[in-house]
Amino acid sequence: MARPVSYNVNEKPLESDISIAELPEGYQGEGFFAMKLSDVVGLARKNSIWPLPFATSCCGIEFMATMAAHYDMARFGSERMAFSPRQCDLLMVMGTIAKKMAPVVRQVYLQMAEPRWVMAVGACACSGGIFDSYSVLQGIDQVVPVDVYVPGCPPRPEAIIDGVMRVQDLVGKEDVRRRNTEHYKKLLNSYGIQ
Amino acid sequence: MALTYDLIKQRLAEQFGERVTNFEEPYGMLTFEAPADLNIEVLQFLFNEEDLGFRFMTDLTAVHYPAYAGRELAVVYHLHNLVENVRIRFKCFIPIDQPDIRTATEVFRTANWLEREAYDFFGVNFVGHPNLKRIMNVDEMDYFPMRKEFPLEDQTRIDKDDEMFGRGGSFDFGNRQDDGAPRPRQIPEMDKP
Amino acid sequence: MSTIKEHHKEHHIALPEGSIGKTTTTLNLGPTHPATHGVFQNILEVDGERIVSAEQTVGYIHRAFEKIAERRPLYQITPLTDRLNYCSAPINNMGWHMTCEKLLGISTPKRVDYLRVIIMELARMADHIICNSIIGVDTGAFTGFVYVMQYRELIYEIWEEVCGSRLTTNIGRIGGFERDFNDIAFTKLERFLKEFPDVLREFENLFTRNRIFMERTIGTGPISAEKALNYGFTGPNLRATGVDYDVRVHTPYSSYQDFEFEIPVGTTGDTYDRFLVRNQEMWQSLSIIEQAYRKIQDIKGEEGTVFHADVPEYYLPEKKDVYTKMEALIYHFKIVMGEIDIPPGEVYHSVEGGNGELGFYLISDGGRTPYRLHFRRPCFIYYQAFEEMIRGSLLSDAIIVMSSLNLIAGEMDG
Repeated sequence: MARPVSYNVNEKPLESDISIAELPEGYQGEGFFAMKLSDVVGLARKNSIWPLPFATSCCGIEFMATMAAHYDMARFGSERMAFSPRQCDLLMVMGTIAKKMAPVVRQVYLQMAEPRWVMAVGACACSGGIFDSYSVLQGIDQVVPVDVYVPGCPPRPEAIIDGVMRVQDLVGKEDVRRRNTEHYKKLLNSYGIQ
Repeated sequence: MALTYDLIKQRLAEQFGERVTNFEEPYGMLTFEAPADLNIEVLQFLFNEEDLGFRFMTDLTAVHYPAYAGRELAVVYHLHNLVENVRIRFKCFIPIDQPDIRTATEVFRTANWLEREAYDFFGVNFVGHPNLKRIMNVDEMDYFPMRKEFPLEDQTRIDKDDEMFGRGGSFDFGNRQDDGAPRPRQIPEMDKP
Repeated sequence: MSTIKEHHKEHHIALPEGSIGKTTTTLNLGPTHPATHGVFQNILEVDGERIVSAEQTVGYIHRAFEKIAERRPLYQITPLTDRLNYCSAPINNMGWHMTCEKLLGISTPKRVDYLRVIIMELARMADHIICNSIIGVDTGAFTGFVYVMQYRELIYEIWEEVCGSRLTTNIGRIGGFERDFNDIAFTKLERFLKEFPDVLREFENLFTRNRIFMERTIGTGPISAEKALNYGFTGPNLRATGVDYDVRVHTPYSSYQDFEFEIPVGTTGDTYDRFLVRNQEMWQSLSIIEQAYRKIQDIKGEEGTVFHADVPEYYLPEKKDVYTKMEALIYHFKIVMGEIDIPPGEVYHSVEGGNGELGFYLISDGGRTPYRLHFRRPCFIYYQAFEEMIRGSLLSDAIIVMSSLNLIAGEMDG
């Protein structure tokens, strides 16, 4: 039924039945393996991101399709969609955020515990989308700092998964001291978040 | 007797005389105009009468006509007789400096939120409404956004350039004047007879 | 202000003998739901676990469609209508195109009507699939959801063949479709018609006579037919109370009078009836699609290739004509630059959406954009009755009633 795919040229060849995550660089010896702490922590965190789906409109339905069996997102470690901000790592804002809803987004972001990342899914969350009107917030980066933007109206499930993979890259390469740096604190201060 | 538009017109004329006016049938739906102080009487009459029986309110909305002085806001009711499958529409015009009209919530419970929406967007004051406050917009908003004099876009946004989005400036669809009244069509010189 | 005991008595909450009276807790069933329903808020007064009263707040996704529509020519409003009930976006698109055709006086050929019927019934099935499987998810049964979502992906693939997009389709044009349905689309449609009935039967087997599901849904959130009519209910929620009002039968549009189908009705209007009505409607939609497909195959010859009405002022001409013929070039320019004037007048047209009667009230003053466009949104109208439906029931029942009403936030606020 499917037509031949012509653009997926970076396919990872299947070496064995089960693919295992890539091991970061390190120094190996008899009974020990030494590597950077941030690599280990990053490896553990990036393969078990628990998202908080903040689905408001049409992008939420594409998220439901991503979560379902066809484009399974659980294989990226997001098995448990924790709907409580206290228990999750990634805030996925999917759909239009109206000005009435903006304080709610901010409050949910404030309730999340560090480390936390934010993904803006869809054109409305990135920049207001097709709704340039008096009641729509023109992009959630007016109220919360955003890490990854996924464009599309709505983005295909493959695009949402691509966004999750970019977040995984960010999480895997994060420095353990990043949250205490001046740069990060200045960023949060610019949003009025302590 | 089958419910035809002639029968409705006749019954309305019998009951209300000259006060219901402007009977038209645009695109097959009977439309008439009633004065604003008679709106509940007309609704009750259409509801209660056995041969009229308009017991389903399809829609209630408002329209802003800045060009009509003294009759700027129109409240439009769409009614439907489900048994005979007949739809009608009637309008009540109210002036914008005192936009009071009685609420239809006792007749149709569906009018509750529909009237709140009309209040939120146009400022129509429904007298006797159980809970008349804003429903769609933020509670702190102090103007009525759907009125023609207010712009669509949020004027405080900094990341969108009106010129590039085809608004205002030198490029527009050009068919509205600033107060929202339609711009009369300009016939070019060479097409004039 | 009545005392607490009187307050409880008028809401039929039975206090045990000898009790002094209790206070109620205010619970915020807030705008952030577990992902599936959309953003609307309920402030509940609960007495223990029983709900005493509720107050709904909507408008958390108000996008000002009606104001935006005053600044767009007719074909640019179609993407806005997509985003009303986004689970069944093609129905909104088709309803809007039919409103424009009514205003402009365009009549579409039969083949276009039948193709539209196929697309609209697929959309209705997509909407009911989501609604019913989410009722299952809310009672804790996740399996039904993943079984039927696979076939929803197949519906998306069919739409993608025709218009290029999965969810917010912007499908069709004023007068017909933008391109004819190719063979791949029909092959996918045949595969869907062949495989989906078994899946739907399996889904029904999971829920309809399942003891746990029945005990959770029978008797929760009932509403009587008279109250429902007074509240303005339409669609499956009204049919579950026993009133067989369906816009496709009452005021047939797009040649629905050529099809034979039944309208399922319920009796008590509770959640179980709504679930069953939607299930039956899916079976009826399957039968309509099969009939429409057969009718399309029966149209032979020249008429078998037509996919739009012949209205050069509103339908973009073919590119090869634009490059070679003068009139096509002029029409192309005028349509794209938005210089076609619409005749003045006011029209109200309604279609049977996934949730009920979706109406479009369009007032035109002769300019290029509508003067006023109002959407009669069924979700907004029947959400008012939610408070009455859940009064006195448990909190978990309120969740199930909310999901069985199929509240789509985009349509509610708009």
